[in-house]
Amino acid sequence: MNLTLHVWRQANAAAPGRMVRYDARDVSEDMSFLEMLDVVNEKLIGEGKEPIAFEHDCREGICGSCGFMINGAAHGPQKGTTICQLHMRYFKDGEELYLEPWRATAFPVLKDLVVDRGAFDRIIAAGGFVSVRTGSAPDGNAIPVPKEAADTAMDAAACIGCGACVAACPNAAAALFTGAKISHLGMLPQGQAERSRRALRMVEQLTLEQFGSCTNIGECEAACPKQIPIEMIARMNRDHLKAAWQFRGAGKSGGGE
Amino acid sequence: MKLDSRIPSGPIEQAWDQSRFDMKLVNPANKRKFNVIVVGSGLAGGSAAASLGELGYNVKCFCFQDSPRRAHSIAAQGGINAAKNYQNDGDSIYRLFYDTVKGGDFRAREYNVYRLAQNSVNIIDQCVSQGVPFAREYGGALANRSFGGAQVSRTFYARGQTGQQLLLGAYQALEAQVAAGSVAMYTRTEMLDLVVIDGKARGIVTRNLVTGQIESHAADAVILATGGYGNVFYLSTNAKGSNCTAIWRAHKRGAAFANPCFTQIHPTCIPVSGDYQSKLTLMSESLRNDGRIWVPKQLGDKRAPGQIPEGERDYYLERRYPSFGNLVPRDVASRASKAVCDEGRGVGETGLGVYLDFADSINRLGRNAIEERYGNLFEMYNRITGEDPYTSPMRIYPAIHYTMGGLWVDYQLMSTIPGMFVLGEANFSDHGANRLGASALMQGLSDGYFVIPATLGNYLASNKLDKVDTSAPEFAATTAEVHESVRKLLSIKGKRTVSSYHRELGKIIWDYCGMARNAEGLTTAINRVQALRHEFWNNVNVPGSGEDLNQQLEIAGRVADFLELGELMCRDALNRNESCGGHFREEYQTEEGEAMRDDENFQYAAAWEYTGQDTEPLLHKEALEFKYVHPAQRSYK
Repeated sequence: MNLTLHVWRQANAAAPGRMVRYDARDVSEDMSFLEMLDVVNEKLIGEGKEPIAFEHDCREGICGSCGFMINGAAHGPQKGTTICQLHMRYFKDGEELYLEPWRATAFPVLKDLVVDRGAFDRIIAAGGFVSVRTGSAPDGNAIPVPKEAADTAMDAAACIGCGACVAACPNAAAALFTGAKISHLGMLPQGQAERSRRALRMVEQLTLEQFGSCTNIGECEAACPKQIPIEMIARMNRDHLKAAWQFRGAGKSGGGE
Repeated sequence: MKLDSRIPSGPIEQAWDQSRFDMKLVNPANKRKFNVIVVGSGLAGGSAAASLGELGYNVKCFCFQDSPRRAHSIAAQGGINAAKNYQNDGDSIYRLFYDTVKGGDFRAREYNVYRLAQNSVNIIDQCVSQGVPFAREYGGALANRSFGGAQVSRTFYARGQTGQQLLLGAYQALEAQVAAGSVAMYTRTEMLDLVVIDGKARGIVTRNLVTGQIESHAADAVILATGGYGNVFYLSTNAKGSNCTAIWRAHKRGAAFANPCFTQIHPTCIPVSGDYQSKLTLMSESLRNDGRIWVPKQLGDKRAPGQIPEGERDYYLERRYPSFGNLVPRDVASRASKAVCDEGRGVGETGLGVYLDFADSINRLGRNAIEERYGNLFEMYNRITGEDPYTSPMRIYPAIHYTMGGLWVDYQLMSTIPGMFVLGEANFSDHGANRLGASALMQGLSDGYFVIPATLGNYLASNKLDKVDTSAPEFAATTAEVHESVRKLLSIKGKRTVSSYHRELGKIIWDYCGMARNAEGLTTAINRVQALRHEFWNNVNVPGSGEDLNQQLEIAGRVADFLELGELMCRDALNRNESCGGHFREEYQTEEGEAMRDDENFQYAAAWEYTGQDTEPLLHKEALEFKYVHPAQRSYK
C-alpha cells in the first residue's frame, strides 16, 4: 500500500516546527508502524535529507519509549496498542496520516517527534516508591497479600510511562500516570506506611511540573496502551484527600521529615 | 595480563559469607567521599546505583534512554528463579546451584553460581518489600511456575511482565535516592570511553545525546552494567538501542572479554516475516509449561495445523527428551527446532517455524486459566501476526536473545582493569555456555543489590586512590579521541546507510556463528566481517552533525563496535573446538546430534586481550574447577 505522511519536523526545543509531507511507498501490511518509518528514513538518508527523529527502543510495547499522535490519536487508532506494536494491516491504501509529538507544556519537544518526559521521573522521585533498605526485607511470604489486591496492584503497575495519557488529555493532566503508581503501592500492605505522604508529594509534584488538572474526561483511559482504568485516578484522589486532612496544618509535603 | 579470579577457598556453602567477612569496609562517614560511576540503569545498574546511594556513596548513574525505567530488563517476561522451596517440591540452594552449573554445560565458575543461588532468596524478599506485585495464590502466598532445565517450580512472576515489575522496583528505589541527593541521574547520555589513569579506571567520557556535548566524569570506581551484545546479530529480541559500546570500548582500554561466542538462541520467538523487519519478538519460555511443540511428520506438509491429525504430528521434544519434554533448556530446544526445519518439516510461509500448540491445555484447564497465565503474550502475538493463538497454534522460531559472554570479571566482579566492575549480562560470570530461563533477572539483581555493595567497598578500602579530577591529562587525551571518532563517522558521507551495514553484519554472524558453527564457516565470517568493517569506514553515510540529537550518529558508533566484536565472537568460536551449551560446533557432536564437550582441552573460560584494530587478540585461559558438580554429558532424556 501507499500512504501520505504529514510529519511534525522541529530541529530542536528552541526552533519553530512545521508539518512536512512525505510519501511512504510499497508499505507491507506485516510491517509495524515504526518499521514503515524506518523505510521512509532510509530513503530520506539516501536522498541526503535528515531522517525523522522518533523515540523507540524495545519495539514490543513494554519500555514506553515510543509514542506520538497519529491523526490526533495517541499511539494511533488501535486500542490498547503502542505505536511499535501497531501494524500496517490496520491502515488502508491511500490514507493520509498526520504525525505529531505529544503536546503538553510539561513535555517540551526536543526534536521532531521526540519529547522530554523527565517530569515523570520527578513525579516518581517525589514519592512513588516504598522505602526499604537493601537486604533488610522480611521473608517474601511473611505478609500474605490477597490475590485480588495483588491483581489490582498489577493492573495499575502495568503502566509503561509512555505519556499517552497526558497527550490525550485536553488539560494535559498526568493524573492517570500518577494515580496508577499511587494505586499500585496503595493496594499492597508494603505500601501502607508511606501511603499518605506518597499521595501528597506526588500530587504536589504534578503541579510543580505544570501538568493540568484532571476534570474526569476519561480520554486518558481510552488512549492508554495498557488500558489502565480511570478508577486509579479516583484512588489517588481519595488517598490525597485523606492525607491532606491527616496532615492539615503540617505544612507542605506532609511534614514529619 | 594476568587473570586472578580471586575465588575463595574452603567449603562453597560458606564461601560468600567468609569473603564478606574478609573484605575491608569503608566507614559510614567516609562513603560520601567516594565518587562512583554506574553506567546502565537496568536490573543490575539500577539496583547497584540505588543500593550504593543508600549506603552513602556519591553516585552518578548514566543511561542512554530518556529515563532509567526504559532499560531493556523491562522486557523480560517469564520470571525470576529463587530457591525458596515454597512449593515443597524438593528445591534448595544446592539444587538451584546444581541446575545452573549443569544448565551452563560446565563452563561457569562453581563459586559464583553458588553465591547466585544463595542470593536468589534475598532477592525475592527485597522485591516483595518494594511492592513488586508478584502473582499470588488465593491464600495470599507467592505463586510459582516451572521453567526450562528444572524439575521444580521455583520461578516467581508478575504475569508476563516480570522484568518490568522488577525493574520498576529498582527504578523506584533509584529515584528515591535521586530525590535524597545521593544519586545524580544522567539520562540521554551515552558512555563513549573509559578513562584509565595509572592502570586504574578513574572515569568515563560521555556524549549528551540531546546537545551533542562530549563530557568527562571522574570517579574512584566505574561500574558497567550495560547489558548484552545480542544486537550484533541485527535481528534479536534485544531492544533496538541495546549495544556493546561501553563494554567494547572498555575492552579496548584493557578489560579482557570472556567467552564472546557463548550466545543464547531462544527457541520461542515470532518468526521473521520480511526484509524490513527491525527486531524479533520473544514469546516467553513460560509458554512451554502449557504449550506443546510440534511439526508435521511428513516433509512439506502444507495443510493448516487443524487439518493435520494427531497421528501425523511429531511432538519432537517430547519424543526425544521424554523426562523434560517441552521444558528442555533453551539451547537444546533451539537446536531441535533447527533440525526439523532443516529436514524440511518447518511450518509457515518461510518454512522456518514450528508450532507451539495450546489446544490440549485449553481443553484441560479451560480458556480462562490460559488467559490468566498468558493473556498479554497471546495478545501480543495476535497484534504482530494477526492470528489468534487461542484457536490456532502459534508459529515460533529460535532467535538470539541473550549473551552469556561478556567482560571477564573475578569473583568480586572486577574486570582486568582495577577499579572497573562489570555487572549483569555485561559480564560473563554465572551462566557458562547456556543460561537457564528466569536466571538473568536473578543475576542482574544479585550483582546489583548484594554483591557490588560488598566488593566495591573492599576495593575502595584496600587501595590508596589519589584524588583525580577531569583536569588530568588522561581525560583530555581520551576526550580528544572520542571527538575524533565522532568527527570521522560524520565526515565519511559515503553511499550506504548505517543500518544496511548492521543488517549485513547480522546476517554473516547468524549464518556462521549462530545456532550451528564450523571451522570453515567461521573463517569465512572473519574475512567477511573484516572486509565489511573496512567498507563501513570508507562508505558509510551518517547524516547531520554532532551538535544535536542525531540518532543515526548514535547508531553508527554502536555498529562500528559491533563490527569489531563480531570478529572476536567468530575467533572465539573457532578457537573452541568443542560443542557446549549455546556453542554448537558441527564437527563436535554425538551420534544423536547432541553437543559434545571436550573437558580435557576446553574446560576454561577464554579471556581475550585486545591488541589493536588489525592485530590478532591474545587468548588467556582461566581453568575451571568442578569440585561439587561432576561434569557429565548433560542429559534431559
